Amino acid sequence: MTLQEISADDIESLAVGAWVLGTGGGGSPYLGLLNMRRLYAEGSRVSLIPPDTLADDDWVAAVSNMGAPLVGQERLTDSHTIARAVALMEEHTGYRFRGIMALEVGGGNAIQPLMAAAHLKRPVVDADMMGRAYPEAQMTSVAVADLKPCPLTTVDVRGLESIVDRVPTWKWMERVSRKICVEYGSIASTCKAPRTGAEVKRWGIHGTTTKAIAIGAAVRAAQRAHDDPIAAILAVEPGKVLYKGKVVDVERRTTEGFLRGKTRFDGLDDWRGAVMDLDFQNEWIIAWLDGLPVAMSPDLICVLDSVSGEAVGTEVIRYGQRVTVIALPPPPVFLTSKGLEHVGPRAFGYDIDFKSVFQS
Amino acid sequence: MRRIGIDVGGTNTDAVLIEEGGVAASVKAPTTPDITSGILDALARLANRVNLRTQPLDGVMIGTTHFVNAVVQRRYLNKVAALRLAMPACASLPPFCDWPEDLARIVEGGVWMVEGGHDYDGRAFMPLDVEAVARAAREIRSRGLTSVAISAIFSPLDAAHERAAAEIVARELPEASVTCSADLGRIGLLERENAGLLNAALAGLARETICAFERAIRGSGFDAPLFITQNDGTIASAAQALKLPVYSFASGATNSMRGGAYLSGLSDAMVIDVGGTTTDVGQLRHGFPREANSVVKVGGVRTLFRMPDLTSIGLGGGSHVVLNPLSIGPLSVGYRLVQDGLAFGGRQLTATDVAVASGLLELGDWRKVGHLDPALCASVLAEARRMIEETVDRMKTEAGEVPLIAVGGGAFLVPERLAGVSRVVRVDHGDCANAVGAAIAQVSGECDQIFRDMTRSAAIDQARKIASDRAVAAGADRKTLKTIETEDMPIAYLPGNALRVRVRIVGDVAAGS
Repeated sequence: MTLQEISADDIESLAVGAWVLGTGGGGSPYLGLLNMRRLYAEGSRVSLIPPDTLADDDWVAAVSNMGAPLVGQERLTDSHTIARAVALMEEHTGYRFRGIMALEVGGGNAIQPLMAAAHLKRPVVDADMMGRAYPEAQMTSVAVADLKPCPLTTVDVRGLESIVDRVPTWKWMERVSRKICVEYGSIASTCKAPRTGAEVKRWGIHGTTTKAIAIGAAVRAAQRAHDDPIAAILAVEPGKVLYKGKVVDVERRTTEGFLRGKTRFDGLDDWRGAVMDLDFQNEWIIAWLDGLPVAMSPDLICVLDSVSGEAVGTEVIRYGQRVTVIALPPPPVFLTSKGLEHVGPRAFGYDIDFKSVFQS
Repeated sequence: MRRIGIDVGGTNTDAVLIEEGGVAASVKAPTTPDITSGILDALARLANRVNLRTQPLDGVMIGTTHFVNAVVQRRYLNKVAALRLAMPACASLPPFCDWPEDLARIVEGGVWMVEGGHDYDGRAFMPLDVEAVARAAREIRSRGLTSVAISAIFSPLDAAHERAAAEIVARELPEASVTCSADLGRIGLLERENAGLLNAALAGLARETICAFERAIRGSGFDAPLFITQNDGTIASAAQALKLPVYSFASGATNSMRGGAYLSGLSDAMVIDVGGTTTDVGQLRHGFPREANSVVKVGGVRTLFRMPDLTSIGLGGGSHVVLNPLSIGPLSVGYRLVQDGLAFGGRQLTATDVAVASGLLELGDWRKVGHLDPALCASVLAEARRMIEETVDRMKTEAGEVPLIAVGGGAFLVPERLAGVSRVVRVDHGDCANAVGAAIAQVSGECDQIFRDMTRSAAIDQARKIASDRAVAAGADRKTLKTIETEDMPIAYLPGNALRVRVRIVGDVAAGS
């Protein structure tokens, strides 16, 4: 059985890579990273196991932090809260989890399973359910597969604990758990519906923690060597450069609690004279080049600082930034017609047929 | 208006006298380790140029980089007791958790975390544990600490818990200096708390420095009030500045930009300040620098509070020029230009030498650089232009051409024509722009809050009212108030169409304040 220890340096890389896979959203991994630095300084270690080493009847916890990043900036992130959400799920179900995985490898939620794993002394399963960041619970591989959406535990750092024991659909789960989260103060640590080893092997998106670490390591190595960090990412991931340019306009609004808007770019280098518009709903959803759609969810659209290679989020992007827009291939589970119903352009209100950047 | 503006820099102490109609005189004197004698020297030089006794002075405004230098150089800092009102949240990330180790060793005097703080919707996160605060205060006293930094969750929205804790601390430790993070503004507990900890670490130095300023003013025989200039181009009374030294961290750069605005008569423009080693670029809006709305690192500590939004690049008059492949800076001969530069008989090719060889500047001996190939000089200047163009463009917030005010000793590197720039404006007294900026400073008030279930315009009106009241409380004349910055940002994942609004308002110093 393969058990690989995650090094302190891997966690630094994970924070950078997860932010890239956040495709503009997912929240900054900084506070999770600080927690992990302290846990490692105190002697904790976390290991990573590939999903194919799970037995079919093993149970796996899927964790994420839910709520407004702004509240997180004030309440910070306490590594014990996410561990408590997992422990509460074990108490409720009677299962003992073989490992802990991320719901969402994009952004701050990539670090959540590591924090739980450090306290509960379990391995992290190298997989997630999005392969990136998405705003809602039904935008996952397990929702595409129509796996059971419940139960779910939500924990507040003050010791408030709730269990959503039964809901019929993922959309119901989103609605009910969002209400609880708002009452807590718009932030909660959650353990999602437990998954069997068989489910994780069939429906999990495999290798995403390793992928985030590899992307982050490539960016950090390029920064140290003053090499091109974009080229470094493309050397470890089969991505495509869509555009190079600078931000000339940003427009934001919130509707139904989501941050929506668009960013316009003017081309630089090979793209001089070409205009790109990127629409976002927390994450980058669709890219238009001179008015024509050139990339869309579920393809991953990543906006990177052209010099540092670090991701630029939809909440912070601003006029004058020099960026490179790249696309990374989506998890195959989202390319089926059922997958596209959940996360294709129509799921975000665009009446367009999905066409991948990676279709020849 | 009749004011003296003084800029106490690392190398020079500049002083100017501003009267109705403009700059009456400007002088430079070397900065001294005790500060006082450098200011006395500058004021004496100023008195030699103009008669300072004929009419009364409205004020002496001093800007200084002393406090930020203390943090960067890890000198003159005192130990701080950190008191955080946030339990049971945030326990795994205590105060100082993301500080550079060397600085934390110097400043950390102990950490106390107790229950308290608020939520974004105004509810208490936890009731304030007043017993625990009193216990902490007694422990702080028994450890001999005299500087305390208090932080609480969402204190920019509701500061009640920080204020209550500050009162309890003051009862137990009447002589202590106390910093409340709410007075430093921004949302983001760790970064706001960091600004508070730095502020508390400067308590002793602030007292000494401001006393030195007062001694110098009195020693020169003036009885004008003393004001200290702040990061946003406004001033605080000496008594206020003593409480919030971090607010003057970046006042040097801000004063340069404000001085550039005043000297050029432009209030909306880009400003480029080319020094010996670095070039700062910022944007003026309504005569004030645009503020950074993101994390700014000071001495390796992540902070978030009122700071100007500047980009610095390693380009200046003393920058090393390397020819193959062509590059300028970031290495610089700095103040050793007059020994090391080619035009002064030294051996290092610098940007200044290229400018002298190209006839842009008369400095040193042009014959010592006469051998430089004109085509080569042109390509060096073109590279400087490219660096400047790119930096200016990065700092612009909208497309279209804008005027660019060029100040600083290296401003000759800024060409007359630049892409995206309508015209380059050069000003008299540009080498004392920072002292001029200090002399003309006004008073401000700020509001940064979340508003819910309100229309956008109602929220902005409410924020304006709060900021106006704060400006008046800080000493502004209500009749002269002017909004200089309004920013609203919708917030994701909060109910009730939450809108975060930030407004900044300035006014002239009220008479008799």
